Amino acid sequence: MSNYRIQGATGEWEVIIGLEVHAQITTAAKLFSGAATAFGAEPNAQVSLIDAAMPGMLPVPNQECIRQAVRTGLAIDAQINSYSRFDRKNYFYADLPQGYQISQLYHPIVGEGHVDISLDDKNPDAEVKRIGVERIHVEQDAGKLMHDQHPTMSYVDLNRSGVALMEIVSRPDMRSPAEAGAYLRKLRSILRYVGSCDGNMEEGSMRADVNVSVRKVGDELGTRTETKNVNSVRFVMATVEHEANRQVDVLESGGKIVQETRLFDPDTGTTRSMRSKEDAHDYRYFPDPDLLPLVLEPGFIEDCRASLPELPDAKRHRYETVLGLTPYAAGVLTAEVETALWFEALADATAAAQAKTKAEVAKQASNWLLSEFFGALNKIGRTLENSPVGPEAAAELLALVGNSTISGTIAKQVLEKMLETGDGAGVIVEREGLKQTSDTGAIDAAIAGILAANADKVAQYKGGKEALFGFFVGQTMKVMQGKANPQVVNELLKKALG
Amino acid sequence: MAQLTDLSVAAIRDGVASGEFTAVAVAEAFNAQVAEAQAALNAFIVTTPEHALAAAAAVDAERAAGKVLGKLAGVPIGMKDLFATKGVQTTAASHILEGFIPPYESTVSQKLWDAGAGMLGKLNLDQFAMGSSNETSYFGNVISPWRRIGKDGGGSDTAPLAPGGSSGGSAAAVAAHLCPAATGTDTGGSIRQPAAFTGISGIKPTYGRCSRWGIVAFASSLDQAGPMAHDVRDCAIMLEAMAGFDPKDSTSLDLPVPNWKATLSGDLKGKKIGIPREYRMDGMDADVAHSWDQGIAWLKDAGAEVIDISLPHTKYALPAYYIIAPAEASSNLARYDGVRYGLRALPEGAGLQDMYAATRAAGFGAEVKRRILIGTYVLSAGYYDAYYTQAQKVRTLIARDFEAAFELCDVILAPTAPSAAFALGEKSDDPLAMYLNDVFSVPASLAGLPAMSVPAGLDRQGLPLGLQVIGRPFDEQGVLNAGLAIEARAGFTARPERWW
Amino acid sequence: MSVDTATVARIAALARIKLSEGEVAAMVPELNGILAWVEQLAEVDVTGVEPMTAVIPNTLRLRADVVNADPLTGGDRRDAVLANAPAPQHGFFGVPKVIE
Ligand SMILES: [Mg+2]
Ligand SMILES: [Zn+2]
Repeated sequence: MSNYRIQGATGEWEVIIGLEVHAQITTAAKLFSGAATAFGAEPNAQVSLIDAAMPGMLPVPNQECIRQAVRTGLAIDAQINSYSRFDRKNYFYADLPQGYQISQLYHPIVGEGHVDISLDDKNPDAEVKRIGVERIHVEQDAGKLMHDQHPTMSYVDLNRSGVALMEIVSRPDMRSPAEAGAYLRKLRSILRYVGSCDGNMEEGSMRADVNVSVRKVGDELGTRTETKNVNSVRFVMATVEHEANRQVDVLESGGKIVQETRLFDPDTGTTRSMRSKEDAHDYRYFPDPDLLPLVLEPGFIEDCRASLPELPDAKRHRYETVLGLTPYAAGVLTAEVETALWFEALADATAAAQAKTKAEVAKQASNWLLSEFFGALNKIGRTLENSPVGPEAAAELLALVGNSTISGTIAKQVLEKMLETGDGAGVIVEREGLKQTSDTGAIDAAIAGILAANADKVAQYKGGKEALFGFFVGQTMKVMQGKANPQVVNELLKKALG
Repeated sequence: MAQLTDLSVAAIRDGVASGEFTAVAVAEAFNAQVAEAQAALNAFIVTTPEHALAAAAAVDAERAAGKVLGKLAGVPIGMKDLFATKGVQTTAASHILEGFIPPYESTVSQKLWDAGAGMLGKLNLDQFAMGSSNETSYFGNVISPWRRIGKDGGGSDTAPLAPGGSSGGSAAAVAAHLCPAATGTDTGGSIRQPAAFTGISGIKPTYGRCSRWGIVAFASSLDQAGPMAHDVRDCAIMLEAMAGFDPKDSTSLDLPVPNWKATLSGDLKGKKIGIPREYRMDGMDADVAHSWDQGIAWLKDAGAEVIDISLPHTKYALPAYYIIAPAEASSNLARYDGVRYGLRALPEGAGLQDMYAATRAAGFGAEVKRRILIGTYVLSAGYYDAYYTQAQKVRTLIARDFEAAFELCDVILAPTAPSAAFALGEKSDDPLAMYLNDVFSVPASLAGLPAMSVPAGLDRQGLPLGLQVIGRPFDEQGVLNAGLAIEARAGFTARPERWW
Repeated sequence: MSVDTATVARIAALARIKLSEGEVAAMVPELNGILAWVEQLAEVDVTGVEPMTAVIPNTLRLRADVVNADPLTGGDRRDAVLANAPAPQHGFFGVPKVIE
């Protein structure tokens, strides 16, 4: 679907991208210890004797980490391995107290799966590309080093040491920065639906190692570089863009790509070689003798499956087919789990308030959410999560429109007041006298006045300029201060204009 | 009345319980023995007389208050310095951990204190439990209390002897009656071989019986704690206190602890004893062969049927062990890096990685370095399958050998070690010669089986020899029973002359 | 397979143990002796044999996701964690400055 090519001096280059995403598993305690995982604690406060690798300390795995990895695997339609093992990856670094990371190399818990991405927001069904996921394994996070606190020392904080991560390894199936971005966004969306990772990239809950190589179309795969720990969708796209162009420049000027680890610099938007990690690594992986093989019972896997929520693609399809929403609306509403949940609550409450089916009110709810509510929230700098107006309150507002108590125009004013005061729609309408009127006497009187004052336009209308009808409606609504029932106004105007 | 320090664990416990003597009197008596012997035997790295006295005083107070006493109430013991002890230096006999004061207590030592035992001190050992002679400790060699009969047949040869290893401090201390019992750990024979060298009993239970939590790791898939004491019954009492499920150790067995002592029986009627033909090796020490034959006769006398069995992969146990154990050790010992505890060597201008290399060079002894290098090599890229995977496959075959043998017999009888104790320095120049000392003890370790050594007699030089009983997984009872049958017939009462 | 001086030096560097040239040279024959001896394992036919994983048949037990259920395995004990540190710094472990 992507014809992304880099135009070099020697011709067109294709870009090959694979992502290794490290996603922090949402748990209260760490993978192998009972220390907390909460973000932002005092240095070394959330460190157990185990995390500090004191002599004689032993790991015992946290069941929730295993459960969430399995649920994530099921959510991407992956093979769940009922037999897996933890291995040790041995290397020395100050953020790695044990001198090894407990990870899974030989027998990961999750095998082959896939994530479907689409690049066309307007029509998400139009072009779907399947990105292969090779594996998901569970492993420990490392601690943190701080280099700017002391002239000759670095400081080690082990709070993150031992926090559970899933490493989600894609196939090298992406071919453009946009595809890499779409994959990461989609993966993040799925993880957040599943609840296995909060997807908070600013706090480091999700970060990607970006593998990039380039080749002439049809050639063998080129040598790749790995840019480590890129922590936003935008940066991942920038990494691909920069790294691919850099590689093309190197190759076209007769150079060779070195297989190496690189670092993305957000300030310059460029990547550079990480010299400190360049020495030849020999991780000496072997099964961790402190941990036995992990055997998953079929019942455990089935419970994981049963606990999965409706996932974004299924939800989007349901919104299109059952609720009759446009592919675009369905796509926007399901992209983030919070939006979808908010929308579903709104549609349910609206259906209840108007004694209709969900399908009958879905469009009204969707339109209002997308065209009114998001804009209004945006204006006051809020999002759905911290909105002062919840789905129930919004449903009350929509019901007032639905049963013609107020007009759409008035509804906008009412929403503003709701956001401002936190009061209910009914209360505001009552208090401010915003109920719309169907009193034909008052409307007729207004119409009479307008027709009298605009005799020239009445003549033009009668002479065939029917577009002027809107003008008369507008004038009438103006006189009625927006509170006239638009249908009644239409009928009475048509009568009056003969 | 015999001296308090001559008493068994059972006798001390019963005497304290009946009021025959106080726990404090016992602790004082052993503290005195420890102090007198320390300079000569070097069995302890640190002594903790105050710990023993405090525990004893607590027991005496409990008794006075009429409370139910623990299984080891009033028994002061020695703790191998591989067990983390809260507030008391824990070193694994390595310079790299010198001064390390754990803010935690190992599960096994905690269980012993909970049972009413007190601690006389931290016992010396081979550094990180790597060794069979106690010559690799940073804190000096342990000297066996035993001495050879002079070569001319009379008098005494004063050449200092190895107490065996790695639990050599434990063995020497029990043999010299510095403590009635001690903890040991066994990775490839480190309880059984020193027990055999010093004329005491020791049992390594089934892998997983005793929690490894808080024990400085050598080779995780092999390490097991166990007791060392004067007799089989004391071993049973100690093991009951040490064993038990620990949720903090993923390899801990979730099984109840049997009442081994209560069901001890030396009557082996209906039992079959397997004699592995591969253990009768070419050039076997004549005294060792004789002692083994004697053991066979004793077990027959106890009512057992003796049968010939085969453990065909025996020959490969030792080489497999010397791949697996160093491989695990090379990784387990990576945490000693000078960052969070222990020694830090920081040469002028050193970066982080230089600090690691300098710290580990200064902190580890020669044998530890040798094994880390072997372990690093066999795990490194390109060699992993040829060495490590192959060794773990051979290990599977060794375990299968035992499984097949236990279809035919209930326990296996073999020598514990290929010879009696050797002199310090006699084998320390040749690592391979030293490794061969574990030839009879390593197979059971590789298969995770319970195994014990009991004293069987003296060789022609007047040094103790041990016999080893190996049992099925979880069958410590069968092992202890066969041990008891040997003990009853061996009548081993010899003890080292007190020269220190 | 046997090791030479360069290999021993590489392994020692990998294991972060500083060895002098003399120590490396002395280690070469020692390691070769041990390696030659363990290599007799190669003669064992292991066709179809799985490498040992759990010596006593047992599978992995999992614990509940509870914070600080046991002080021995929980956090919130910074003083204990730092008590033995050679260079504690304002609640951190100090190490020689690392340039990344
Ligand atoms: Mg990576
Ligand atoms: Zn990873």
